[in-house]
Amino acid sequence: MTGLDVFQLLLLGGIVVCGIAACLSRNLLVCLIIFMAYSVMMSVIWVLLQAPDLAITEAAVGAGISSILLFITLKKLRDIRKKVLDEKTDETEAL
Amino acid sequence: MKKQTKPKLSERLRTWDAGSFDLTEAIDPDPPVPVTEYDLRAEDLPPLARLGDRQVRGFRRIYPWLAAILAAVLVTILLSAVLDLPPYGAAENPPHNEVMERYVARGLAETGAVNTVSGVILDYRAFDTLGESHVLYTAATAVLVLLLSASGGRDEPPSVRRIMEGDPILRNTARVVVPIVLLFGVYVILNGHLGPGGGFAGGAILGGGLILYVIAFGFEPMEKLISGRVYRRGITAALCFYSGAKCYSFFCGANHLETIFQNGTPGAILSAGLILPLNIAVGLIVALTMYGFYSMFQRGRI
Repeated sequence: MTGLDVFQLLLLGGIVVCGIAACLSRNLLVCLIIFMAYSVMMSVIWVLLQAPDLAITEAAVGAGISSILLFITLKKLRDIRKKVLDEKTDETEAL
Repeated sequence: MKKQTKPKLSERLRTWDAGSFDLTEAIDPDPPVPVTEYDLRAEDLPPLARLGDRQVRGFRRIYPWLAAILAAVLVTILLSAVLDLPPYGAAENPPHNEVMERYVARGLAETGAVNTVSGVILDYRAFDTLGESHVLYTAATAVLVLLLSASGGRDEPPSVRRIMEGDPILRNTARVVVPIVLLFGVYVILNGHLGPGGGFAGGAILGGGLILYVIAFGFEPMEKLISGRVYRRGITAALCFYSGAKCYSFFCGANHLETIFQNGTPGAILSAGLILPLNIAVGLIVALTMYGFYSMFQRGRI
């Protein structure tokens, strides 16, 4: 068992752990960061599988762009939640 | 506002607002209180959510079991499918047919691209990528239409801008990292026919660099480079160039036509015929679309 095998096993175990952790994490922000880590490890696995094109795309799209879009979505969700809360407070005060 | 009488109820209903239901909380019946600035209490909730407490509790009781059963079924199906796959790299696998032989044996001579993947996606099967570019363009246009009409172009609230732009760690890191990211994106686009990469990956890297710049320094400096007009004209021009260069594929059955772009010496930067200009066009579309999505979602205009 060479060092590369150990590295590969670590990565494979890592993506399984990351996948389960992303499902079970309660904080959505933590969930997104775990998802980014998952994508980074996946891109290294693509390199080891001799698919460098896929590796670059995975790193750029999976870890970069989609995470950014999800972060914005999370921020928007919090904004909407805050807005609904504000409106409710206004209604209660009006009553 | 009256005093909070039932803290347990408020805890359980914390996420039952605005239709957003945090499914992950259902797994743990007694979750720790997350510290958010938008803390909700039971009396803040709409009356319907309070009345539906019993149904919510019933749903939450069966939800983890249903989720676990569904996940187990999916895992079983996927694992059994994986066990049925042929061994990795075996000679008699289905992809190893005459198409792959042709790509490997004559790809370099016919497309001039050292990177066979680029040769396949932008030369042999360029009309597939043409369709993908149209999908991306349509999505970008739809987002533009939806968000522009919905919010009418407002700037982000000043509080957010102050927090984001005032962070010295972010600004100084971005000052160092953004040029490298942009340069690497250009390299990946221009190098697509020589090594791994190409328009899509490079465009995504470029878009990520632009977004990082905007997060650190705000939208005003970026508007000198990419205004709404530049955005619309850029992606339309790139798509028109791509369509003009490859639409003949639909009329001649994806066969080749001679172009003024010669294949040149394999390995040189100016080689591989149309692949380099097509990579640039795809990279432009992807980078502008990524940046445009971010801008539209963040402040409602570009």
